[in-house]
Amino acid sequence: MRSRYFTALAVAVLLGSGMLVFAKPPAGSGSITGKVTYTGTPPKMKPIDMSKEPSCAKQHATPVLTENVATGPGNALQWVVVYISAGDQGSTAPSQAVRYDQKGCQYLPHVLPMQVDQGLQIYNDDQTSHNIHPLSKINAEWNKSQPPGSPAIDTKYDKPEFIPVKCNIHPWMHGYFIVLNTSHYAVSGEDGSFDIKGLPPGKYTVTAWQEQYPAQSQEVTISGSEAKTANFVFKVLPY
Amino acid sequence: MTLKKLAVTFALGSMALVTVGATSILAQSHVNSPDPSLGAPSVSSEESHIGNMTGHAGEGKQLYRRYCIGCHGPDGNGEGMNAQWIDPKPRDFTEATFKCRSTPTGTLPTDQDLYDAITRGFVTTNMPSWRPLTPQQRADLVAFVKTWSPRWTKGKAGAPLDIPAETPVTIESILHGRELFQKLECWKCHGPEGHGDGPSALTLTDDKGNPIRPYDFSSGSRFMCGTTNRDLYRIFMTGLDGSPMPSFADVVKPNEAWDLVHFLRTLQPLKTQEADLWMAYRAAHGADLKPIGPDAAPGGQ
Repeated sequence: MRSRYFTALAVAVLLGSGMLVFAKPPAGSGSITGKVTYTGTPPKMKPIDMSKEPSCAKQHATPVLTENVATGPGNALQWVVVYISAGDQGSTAPSQAVRYDQKGCQYLPHVLPMQVDQGLQIYNDDQTSHNIHPLSKINAEWNKSQPPGSPAIDTKYDKPEFIPVKCNIHPWMHGYFIVLNTSHYAVSGEDGSFDIKGLPPGKYTVTAWQEQYPAQSQEVTISGSEAKTANFVFKVLPY
Repeated sequence: MTLKKLAVTFALGSMALVTVGATSILAQSHVNSPDPSLGAPSVSSEESHIGNMTGHAGEGKQLYRRYCIGCHGPDGNGEGMNAQWIDPKPRDFTEATFKCRSTPTGTLPTDQDLYDAITRGFVTTNMPSWRPLTPQQRADLVAFVKTWSPRWTKGKAGAPLDIPAETPVTIESILHGRELFQKLECWKCHGPEGHGDGPSALTLTDDKGNPIRPYDFSSGSRFMCGTTNRDLYRIFMTGLDGSPMPSFADVVKPNEAWDLVHFLRTLQPLKTQEADLWMAYRAAHGADLKPIGPDAAPGGQ
């Protein structure tokens, strides 16, 4: 059910902003900032038992919590990807690769946005082998072992998609690759805030994606180098 | 019951029968129709090449209707009538993700890989060997299976893995393979003794979220993707896509891979050269062997 939802969402992204314009996009100085919060009672994040992997367990003074609904003070909601889903003029992927770490049997960061065709480097910083298994449906699915000390896995995705990532050896490890057709995106921090910079004037659809709850969109129009605000409120349930 | 009532009942009954018959004919013609939603529109032009043989999707489609549709379904998505009774679930061809490949993880298998899979069947699953079909028929089926996903028209199969000649079976090779079994965390799923009972075994799911079991070497059964040492080499180097089994091609060197093959053979209750060597070694040095498991892991307690 969930994966079907992701597929639908990813297809929407593809249709929405897939019409890449080959001319160099205008550089902008507009911005959209805001805060992602929740109403309702969020589910309690569970402590992860890493005792089966002592080399990881000893890296954490207190047990790591699950991150599917990560909250902060003031009803802040973390790990929400806010991105331009329509209205973006498109741009080529930056040459700088994004970095994904497996450290202390956790994925850092939990949610990693990137652009289509942008380099993705995956590191294993642990003393144990991981297998990195992104469960893509639109892009080709692969699954690779990465023992301690092996070189980074260098890869990229050529289609936009929201991809859950897991390690089958350490089943508590969960993360997301968010492959977008836009360079204008941000991830909400611990305080729920996000900041999308460098927007040229235009009419945009801004979408906020959270791994457990339905995505939300708002229309934002930027003229000149305006700084607009867009807040998102997710309705959460305690289960 | 009067005669009249009986006649009415009979008439209604036969109407119902005719309806059922017509529906099933309709359902079949649905598969046979040139409906573009059924496989790729270019069904008849799709081909497979296995050795000197050329398979044709048009012929394959008829065979699929006859032999495959019950499990793999009229839409090729593994949701045939029988699928609900089957575990592991039939392959969903629309995803074009295949376990048994000679090609790197994340790439399409070769026509030969698909042909071999149909020929061999999958041990411990409901997929039988289709050797009773002629080679040409199996080639036709390969061509048709490839019409279910656009990945086949857009992309090519990966480059088959280069497997070097097998190294000699020695006790050193087996012992080194055992070290790899520990270091690469094979035992986390397959278990310290290869019984498929490692600490993560019960948590495993395939890419559709269905529970899946790691291979139990002590069963002595054939492997999912073959029987020979070369098959075993290929299985862990390419990984079984769509399952939790990852590819080790980037992290295990060819010679080391043969060492791992030799050790894995000792986990099977079979009379093999590897098993003989290992039994003799264990009889003499068994007490010195560090058991496989968390305590032997680097960075462990």
